Amino acid sequence: MTGRELTCEEVIEQLFDYLDREVDSQRRADIERHLARCRDCFSRAEFERRLRAKVEESVSVRAPQRLHRRVKDLLDRFDADETNSTS
Amino acid sequence: MSASSSSGDDRARHRQRRRQWFEREVERLMDRLYGTALRLTRHPDDAEDIVADAIGKAWTKLDELRDPDRFEGWLFHILNNTFVSEWRRRQCRPKMADDSETCEPDNLDATSFSLFQQLHQPFLLWWGSTEDRFLNELLQDDLQRALDALPDPYRMIVVFVEVQGYTYGEVSELLGIPLGTVRSRLNRGRTLLQKALWKQAREAGFTVAFRGTEGEPP
Ligand SMILES: [Zn+2]
Repeated sequence: MTGRELTCEEVIEQLFDYLDREVDSQRRADIERHLARCRDCFSRAEFERRLRAKVEESVSVRAPQRLHRRVKDLLDRFDADETNSTS
Repeated sequence: MSASSSSGDDRARHRQRRRQWFEREVERLMDRLYGTALRLTRHPDDAEDIVADAIGKAWTKLDELRDPDRFEGWLFHILNNTFVSEWRRRQCRPKMADDSETCEPDNLDATSFSLFQQLHQPFLLWWGSTEDRFLNELLQDDLQRALDALPDPYRMIVVFVEVQGYTYGEVSELLGIPLGTVRSRLNRGRTLLQKALWKQAREAGFTVAFRGTEGEPP
């Protein structure tokens, strides 16, 4: 099924699958063609994309110094174990 | 110098290089590891625990990593697995066969909802769209609060898909649940998240400019 025109409803229904990259390349192209022409669907897609970017940003947190030290200590301990067991 | 001691030196040097490489990589990813763990667990102490745990596991299994370029994805996968098994361990009573919906409140209103539809104006406004204004005013604190308020099964899938870019298939494998369940939980998670954001925004006094009466030029 090549290049079938999608309706707005169909696009909205598959919008998240599209944003999640869960559609095949043909469907992807069909949706993108619609988005290029339809202002409403395009705004909706942009909104969901930007909201998602905010969700992604929510993991930008500084790790506490304590954690850095803890990891270093942990690796030191593993090292010491390894050195003891091989020497 | 005997052959055995020089091969011992080689081993020590190799070990040291490996450790330096590993530590550098881990340090580079630490903020994101911690941030992801924090969104998954919601508690700083738990987040630190699973990050340290995951890094320890990664170090002991480092030989299993074939391609060093895939270290990041590999380490995050270990982190996710560590979180999931820890979460399972603490979850509901053993009588529960799986982490089904019964684990969390049933009274969540998850009927479909679209934030965009609440915000969108069918006509153009000279000062820009309401949805742009909403996104521009949306603070990270508000978003984190709304995300943290999601029940675990929904929040973790939103994090796996939207933050870590997992496919539905990968999430299904990670959690051992059918694809259909991944889809429905993701869908529900997004709906609940958007509802929570809308509620917070309204409570904070956000208004949708209506029929050009609000925000009009003086
Ligand atoms: Zn459309």
